Amino acid sequence: MSSAVAVPLTGVLVASACALLGSFLILRRMAMMSDAISHAILPGLVAGYVLAQGPNLFAGFLGASLAAAVTVTAVEALKRTRRVDAGAAIGIVFPAMFALGTVLVTWRFSDIHLDADAILFGNIEFVAFDTFVFNGQDLGPQSVWVMSGLCLLNLLFIGIFYKELKLTTFDAGLAAALGFSPAIVHYALMLVLSITSVGAFSAVGAVLVVALVIVPAATAYLLTDRLAVMIPLSVVIGAVAALIGYRVAIAVDASIAGAMVSAVGVLFGLALLFSPSQGVVARAWQNRRNRAVIASQMLVVHLFNHEGAPDSEEESSVEHLSDGLRWSPARTDMAVAGASRRGWVVRANGHLELTEPGRETARLVLAR
Amino acid sequence: MSELLRDLIFDYTLRNVALGSALLGIVSGVLGSYAVLRRQGLLGDTLAHAALPGICIAFLITGSRAQIPLLLGAGIAGWVGTMILLLIVRRTVLSEDAALGIVLSTFFGFGVLLLTFINQRDDANQAGLDKYLFGQAAALIESDVIIFAILGGVALALVLLFYQEFKLLTFDPEFAGSLGFGTTKLSVLLTSLIVVAVVIGLQTVGVVLMAAMLIGPAAAARQWTDRLGVMIVLSAAFGAVAGVVGAVLSFTEERLPTGPTIVLALTVIVFASLAFAPARGLVWEWWRRRQQRRAWALEVARLKAEGHVR
Repeated sequence: MSSAVAVPLTGVLVASACALLGSFLILRRMAMMSDAISHAILPGLVAGYVLAQGPNLFAGFLGASLAAAVTVTAVEALKRTRRVDAGAAIGIVFPAMFALGTVLVTWRFSDIHLDADAILFGNIEFVAFDTFVFNGQDLGPQSVWVMSGLCLLNLLFIGIFYKELKLTTFDAGLAAALGFSPAIVHYALMLVLSITSVGAFSAVGAVLVVALVIVPAATAYLLTDRLAVMIPLSVVIGAVAALIGYRVAIAVDASIAGAMVSAVGVLFGLALLFSPSQGVVARAWQNRRNRAVIASQMLVVHLFNHEGAPDSEEESSVEHLSDGLRWSPARTDMAVAGASRRGWVVRANGHLELTEPGRETARLVLAR
Repeated sequence: MSELLRDLIFDYTLRNVALGSALLGIVSGVLGSYAVLRRQGLLGDTLAHAALPGICIAFLITGSRAQIPLLLGAGIAGWVGTMILLLIVRRTVLSEDAALGIVLSTFFGFGVLLLTFINQRDDANQAGLDKYLFGQAAALIESDVIIFAILGGVALALVLLFYQEFKLLTFDPEFAGSLGFGTTKLSVLLTSLIVVAVVIGLQTVGVVLMAAMLIGPAAAARQWTDRLGVMIVLSAAFGAVAGVVGAVLSFTEERLPTGPTIVLALTVIVFASLAFAPARGLVWEWWRRRQQRRAWALEVARLKAEGHVR
């Protein structure tokens, strides 16, 4: 398999495997915990390689899973002492683990290709050269096999434990009352996450794993409230970002992992701005619309109050409105335009006259 | 031992490394105290990661490795990251936890993209920017230490100047607001000072380990006292001790990298404090519980013996 196929394929598989778990981690407010785990697996990975005397995949998985278990347990234990808050507990444990890993690397492994760049960026660029050989037959890049396996594992995990995951995520108390153990689900999720992190680690590095885990899911969460939609949507977002990132990285000759994460960041940014329900632009548009409606309603109430009164002549003149209501001219124009468009007022030689629907609106507003 | 002390004072490299690490420990210890008490410890982690694209963009603009513009770039990027963080937390359903992770990872990813782009483009300057990733405390020179001292000095002077305001902001922000303090402005100032600590830390311990420098000393100091002033001084002292110990250990044992060694020294201080600090120490609590259980068991046994209970 050539690099032109193997690299983007690995990227899509890594992004999909990571994104599958993201929804639950975002909803359980465990984004920074995922970050901690993706860093903290380093000493386990290195210790595994040391014991296996080389970059052995299985030893790496085993060591990293143990390190992840140590990390999760240590963070939970620190939180339970109530001496430090959750954030500080994470911030104490993972740098210590990462520092330990770095020391191990420089101490025992200055010769293997676990160098600084690989730890932080991964080396997805070279996946095509590391092939899986079985019975003397070349079965294609190892990373494609590993990441396909992880996609399948995560898919099975979510498929089989969907009900348990959903219940413990949204209502841990009810889950416990119904006999599901939130703790077991928690640790199972952490285990699957750490295995996924190890797989993704070699491709995209420690820091960028977490981007592929949480950012697609966060993007999806801005677009939907439904978990059953959120999970597939986040996988699509992750996969699309992987492909965009690959093309960009090839074009500018830079890190593929960095470009993949930048792409997923851009997709998140677009959702943050333009999501129909929560986007910054949509919210601003909604606010503006609300202000316009309220201004128009206040205008018809003003006209209605003065209708038939001695000063109605003056109060309904278009020039006087700004002073009478103490509004800026721009706001007055907005209100008049809005009210005319809705057919609440008509202009007649410099004055505004209420229509019947306009009077009806004013009565409704006043009756609130 | 005396030889080590002599090296510490007269060996040019060790003196700079130890001084630089100690300065980082002091500044991050002081500012970390506020961060930890405000439950914003991981903000420093996010700021450190978010600084990377700023460093790269500053390099692309100036084309040189001159310190000041790069640090300025780091500061601006960290600040932009904080603004986006606030936007996400205030305007969307996403939690602060998610927002921290999103800003951290995407900014860093973009930084990696820029960094590799720069490295690919001109090899001459390559080594320059990589040092911000893992930090290169061992490569600190006198001019770095002077810059640290100035930056740190300004930050600490501001903390001293706004001591009362920051104290109020930390423990009762609503009350501070009702007294007419601009809590948002104070909050921004405090965060900007944390950015200063991060900027110092990036060169010394690097992006990933910066979180430990802000959280560790403060979390350890918190165990020893309930008074803010004492906590800040202790935290600065713990930070400085970890910095010097890390520098010395990595100087005597060549294969120990400085940044990680500082963090490991700090971790030892944290766990020792959690275990043995008077009043809050876990060991003492365990001992008290044990004594209570024993006293209770004795009491029950006595009551049984005297026939009060069966």
